[in-house]
Amino acid sequence: MARLIFTQQLSRFTEVPEVEALADNLRDALEAAFQVNPALRGYILDEQGDLRFHVVVFIDGKRVMQRSGLRDPLSSNSQVYVLQALSGG
Amino acid sequence: MKAMVATRKGLFELIHIGGKWKLDQISFLGEPLSMCLHDKRDGAVYAALNLGHFGVKLHRRDEGRDDWTEIAVPAYPEHAKTEDDVEWKLKAIWSMETGGGDEPGVLWAGTLPGGLFRSADRGNSWELVRSLWDKEERKEWMGGGYDTPGIHSICVNPRNPQHILLGISCGGAWKTEDGGKYWKLCASGMHAAYMPPDLADKQNIQDPHLITRSKFASHVLWCQHHNGIWRSEDDAASWQQLHLPEGIPDFGFAVAAHPRNPDVAWFVPAVADQKRVPLHGAMSVTRTRDGGKTFESLRNGLPQQDCYDLVYRHGLAVSENGKNLLMASTTGNLWASENEGDDWYQISANLPPIYAVKFY
Repeated sequence: MARLIFTQQLSRFTEVPEVEALADNLRDALEAAFQVNPALRGYILDEQGDLRFHVVVFIDGKRVMQRSGLRDPLSSNSQVYVLQALSGG
Repeated sequence: MKAMVATRKGLFELIHIGGKWKLDQISFLGEPLSMCLHDKRDGAVYAALNLGHFGVKLHRRDEGRDDWTEIAVPAYPEHAKTEDDVEWKLKAIWSMETGGGDEPGVLWAGTLPGGLFRSADRGNSWELVRSLWDKEERKEWMGGGYDTPGIHSICVNPRNPQHILLGISCGGAWKTEDGGKYWKLCASGMHAAYMPPDLADKQNIQDPHLITRSKFASHVLWCQHHNGIWRSEDDAASWQQLHLPEGIPDFGFAVAAHPRNPDVAWFVPAVADQKRVPLHGAMSVTRTRDGGKTFESLRNGLPQQDCYDLVYRHGLAVSENGKNLLMASTTGNLWASENEGDDWYQISANLPPIYAVKFY
C-alpha cells in the first residue's frame, strides 16, 4: 500500500491524516486521503482539480512536475510526501 | 465602536475606549488576510485568508462567539482549458459586501481573477455570477495591481440593493439594476492616461482603484482612479474628473465618502504611479467638503518627514457618524482621527502590512 504523508504545517488549519492507500496513481491516493478528511482537498488542490501552485509532491524521492492529471504511478510501497513549496513564502 | 484591520499577518480588532482606539483581539496571527467584513444584519464577522501555499479560505465568526468556523470559498466552476487567458481559479477575495437589509444572508465577494460571487446563505455556499463572467468584454479586462483582473469595489445601493455598481482593475465600472441578471458598463467620462491615445477613453479598460458610494445620497459616487479622481452625481451614468490644486497629487488608491454629506470625501495621495510614496516624505489626507470643487491637505498629527507609507485601496475608512476615520498603511502604521480628519494620532506603528480597515 502506498503511504501518504502530509506536511504538519497543514495541521494549523485542518486534520492531517497519515494515509495508506490501495492506489496505483497519485490522484487515487489523494482521493483516499480526502475521504478521510474532505476539508483537506481544498488545501491541496484548486477548484479545477490541479495541484495548488505552492504545494509540492514527492513520490519516492522524485518531485511531481505536472500539476494537472496527477496520474503519476505509485508502487505498492511508494512513499508520497505532500509538502509546501518554499516558493510560497 | 469597534474596528478591524486585515493585515499580511493576521486580523487585528480595535476597540474605542475613552475617546481613543486600542488594539484588542487578534485572530489568525501569522496568516495573510485579504479582506474582512462585518454584517450588521446578524452581527457575523467574515475573514478572507489567502494562504501562501494552501489557497484562499473564508472563516465566519457568529455574533457572541469567540471561535471561527471555516466556510465555503467562492470556487470557479469546472472549466476545460480554452482560449480564455484567465485561469478559472480563485486567486484572492479582494472585496466583500453584504446584501440589502431585506436580503438576510446575502453576501457578495469580488475576486481575482475578476469573478463576482453571490452567497444566499451567509457564505455556506457561493455561486459565480455568470451573467457578468460570461460577457465577451471580460476578456478585454487587464491586470491592475495584480497580474489578473479583479473586482475591488462592490457598491450596493442602500435604497435598492438590486442596484449594485462594481469597480474593476482594469475593467471599468459595471452596474446592475436587477440584482445581477443584466450588467452595463458605466465608466463614461473616465480617461486612462496609461493607454494609447485612441484607447484612453475606452470604458472597459479603465482602472478605478476604488469606487465608493454616498450612503445618504446614493446616486453620488466617488472614484480614486489610476490617474485622477472622478465623481458621479447620476449613479455612474457619467463621471466627471475633479481637478486638484498644485501640490496635492491626484494619484492614490483609497477614497472614503462621508455617510451623510455627499459633498465630503477623503483621499490619500501618493506622488504618482511610478513613485508610490507620500509627496516630500510627508503623510497627508486630501479632503473635499464641496463636492470636489476645492480640496485641502490634512496633516496635523501625521508624520511630516521621512515617511514612505502607502495606503492601499481598502486602507481608509469612515465611521457611520462621519467623524471617525481610520487610515492604515502597507508599512504597518495605523492612524485615527476623531474629527473628520482635522487631527490624527497614531494607534500603532508596528503592525504587519495592512490591506483593509473596517468599522463595525
